[in-house]
Amino acid sequence: MSDASRNASDLREGIMATLSRQQVGAILARQGILIAFAVFMIAFTLANPKFLTPDNVLSVVRSSAIIGVMALGVTFVVISGNLDLSVGSMMSFSTIVVLDLHDKMGPLLAIPAMFAMTLCLGAFIGFLVGYLRLNSLIVTLGMLSAIHGLTLTYSGGQNMDIADKEGTWFSIFGQGTALGIPVPILIFVALAALLGLALAKTPFGRKVYAVGGNGTAATFSGIPRARTVFTCYLISAACVATAGLIQASRSLGSQNTVGQGLELEVLAAVILGGASLLGGSGTIFKTVIGVLILGFIQNGLLLVGLQFYVQFVVTWVIIILAVWLDIAAKRGKLWSPIA
Amino acid sequence: MTDPVLRLENIVKTFPGVRALDGVSFSVMPGEVHALMGENGAGKSTLMKVLGGIHQPDGGAIVMGDTPVVMAGPLEAKAKGIVFIHQELSLAEELSVAENIYLGELPRKSFGRVDWARLAERTNSILKKLNVGFDARTRVGDLSIANQQMVEIARALTVDAKAVIFDEPTASLTDAEKVVLFDVIADLKASGVGIIYISHRMEEIFKITDRISILRDGQYQGTVNTAETTEEAVTQMMIGRKLDLSRNASHHELGNVALQVRGLSCGKLYSDVSFEVRRGEVLGFYGLVGAGRTEIAETLFGLRDPSSGQILLDGEEVRISSPADAIARGISLVPEDRKGQGLVLGMNCRDNMTLPQVDDLKAGPFMAEGAEVAIFDQYRDKLDIRTPGWKQRVGNLSGGNQQKIVIGKWLSMHPNVLIVDEPTRGIDVGSKSEIHKLLRDLAAQGYAVIVISSEMPEVLHVSDRIVAMYSGRIMRTFTSEEVTEDSLIQAISGLGGDKAA
Ligand SMILES: Nc1ncnc2c1ncn2[C@@H]1O[C@H](COP(=O)(O)OP(=O)(O)OP(=O)(O)O)[C@@H](O)[C@H]1O
Ligand SMILES: [Mg+2]
Repeated sequence: MSDASRNASDLREGIMATLSRQQVGAILARQGILIAFAVFMIAFTLANPKFLTPDNVLSVVRSSAIIGVMALGVTFVVISGNLDLSVGSMMSFSTIVVLDLHDKMGPLLAIPAMFAMTLCLGAFIGFLVGYLRLNSLIVTLGMLSAIHGLTLTYSGGQNMDIADKEGTWFSIFGQGTALGIPVPILIFVALAALLGLALAKTPFGRKVYAVGGNGTAATFSGIPRARTVFTCYLISAACVATAGLIQASRSLGSQNTVGQGLELEVLAAVILGGASLLGGSGTIFKTVIGVLILGFIQNGLLLVGLQFYVQFVVTWVIIILAVWLDIAAKRGKLWSPIA
Repeated sequence: MTDPVLRLENIVKTFPGVRALDGVSFSVMPGEVHALMGENGAGKSTLMKVLGGIHQPDGGAIVMGDTPVVMAGPLEAKAKGIVFIHQELSLAEELSVAENIYLGELPRKSFGRVDWARLAERTNSILKKLNVGFDARTRVGDLSIANQQMVEIARALTVDAKAVIFDEPTASLTDAEKVVLFDVIADLKASGVGIIYISHRMEEIFKITDRISILRDGQYQGTVNTAETTEEAVTQMMIGRKLDLSRNASHHELGNVALQVRGLSCGKLYSDVSFEVRRGEVLGFYGLVGAGRTEIAETLFGLRDPSSGQILLDGEEVRISSPADAIARGISLVPEDRKGQGLVLGMNCRDNMTLPQVDDLKAGPFMAEGAEVAIFDQYRDKLDIRTPGWKQRVGNLSGGNQQKIVIGKWLSMHPNVLIVDEPTRGIDVGSKSEIHKLLRDLAAQGYAVIVISSEMPEVLHVSDRIVAMYSGRIMRTFTSEEVTEDSLIQAISGLGGDKAA
């Protein structure tokens, strides 16, 4: 076949392929989240002109920062082929602990002490899931409840408040701004950049993908599977501690249940970003996109006047949608009668 | 002349960056065994997946009877009488043998309850025909790869088939299991079923097939009658050149003993195993599946704890506690199961290849990606790996090219002791002789090489000495001068050839 005729037939095939139903389905399945998001953004901008103003965008990003920081850590855990449902309750723990210690030993010592305690919890989970090979769903679901109990024991069930709210520099993490940008956003962005590099560019990141993609093959390649999973949970705990710090610093007082339910939102953001629950795929960048999508959807619903609690239902719908599109993308079609 | 069971006309299929099939036509007659041959990545599996409804062709037609048909999916293909036994096993490990065989069409009682008794009975009657050593209730995950293969074959026998596709069915079967398989194929053939048979093993092709169709780089090269052709002619059509089968006979000096094993035992798996490998030597391990060869390799690689005995590396006794430890001591293992143990299918080619050395390929805190690409390129050229580039997911490569990635991965570690377990499983004749040569060359360069294989020609061809194992014990060690096929067969079946000999 001559080059020219081959090119012509390539072109014809290209057009046929673009038009075929199967292909359309495959594109929808793969880019479905982004398409749905675009439609959503346009609809809400038309419905409420305030939606896309810089002020509102900044406020969405700021209020997403806490979820976002936790989602960064959970991304590591999910790519390694595990789940972390304990992050919400662990964040309540961090918040309560740092507020309590703030008045007892001052912020300079309270912050590292809180980080150390949270990391211990992460290490414990990492030990159970990584070294003892227990099912991560069961372990972290159990820890969700156990850490809640731990928090209540610690606080005696009381709300925790800082005595001198005016006189402490502790508020900068949640309320401060630098160069006109709120500090929580700066923390989120810096952490995303750091962890994004760690995941995409370092040997450790490579190991996380390998362990999540095929744990046996990773073992046969000399990769310490248990230690890798363990480290992922440590990273997740460090992110939770950071989120707790932002939360505590923003409100300077807190209930014991401040993080309740956030584990699902975090997971929703990670899956929305396209990380597979089976492990081995996902990126930090995509998770950040997932966080923003979730933030904008929740904000948009508020702006059009829906009640706050509707978003719990919406979050659930989004998770289902994301999981569906995830498997649809693998099958290359939206719907298939056989698995 | 009778009509063909099915005809493929001008099938075209492209993947991003690859033209896998470029106008392939061929037909299968009832009651014939039709071989499909070609190098790794030639498009054999892809063609069969088009026929089996797994891929949709970009052009061309499938004709059954007189009418073009569309295979919209695997179930539809099955309903039309096309049965596909895959190269890569696709069984549900957690389910029983019976459930796997009848998946989607389990026999029912009232209220949709599964009729377990009938299911077991039906399954066992099929298994009996196949003469296998497990029953309907066995969990598939507990079976060896060979036995899982038999389950796939059993699955094919449940439908009223017009055509049965075997994609490299014998790659992991023992000789005894092969005999059973060939009987099954003969039965199918006698009942007028058309059989498409893909394999890289010439001796099988010439034993059981009637016609051979050949693909090269996605293009149809022609069809020949098996009785009227020769291995050389077929090879020539496949790879476009003659094959050099001579053995690298350069007699180099043997170096010191790199690895010595004394009285090693591991529970019931093997006992009292002693052998040594020198630098510059290829030591072959031959035996039936289950003779304990793989388990010895896994012990040397730190994956199993021996219950007694000693391992010495360069004369020094060592305890190998983990694969990482083994790697650090210069041991490499090409494992037998590439999909389960060798590769992360979702990762790209380059990352798979450099996985064991991620910690050594650093530029500051980051991966030295340039160095990684260089390693990949080097072994792609050396092993002739066919892929559009290092970014391709390994799962998208053809079976044989996947195997080459695993080999490249471990060669690039420059080990002192290289252990390869079934190194050429699924590899085409051309590449196979390349790999054999490579193993000989490595020895000549001073590596100590251990080759475990269930293919007698392979062990005979590459080894300087051959260890024959039977049921966890070493029966005899042969030198390449004294070994004969008969004495080897005797030794591995536990007859004669005892240790004292
Ligand atoms: N899903 C896919 N995506 C992209 N490329 C693919 C896909 N499946 C197959 N290919 C490519 O198509 C070509 C033909 O592959 P195929 O599996 O048909 O080869 P094969 O003849 O069966 O080889 P082998 O003997 O190694 O099994 C290869 O280059 C392979 O990389
Ligand atoms: Mg193939």
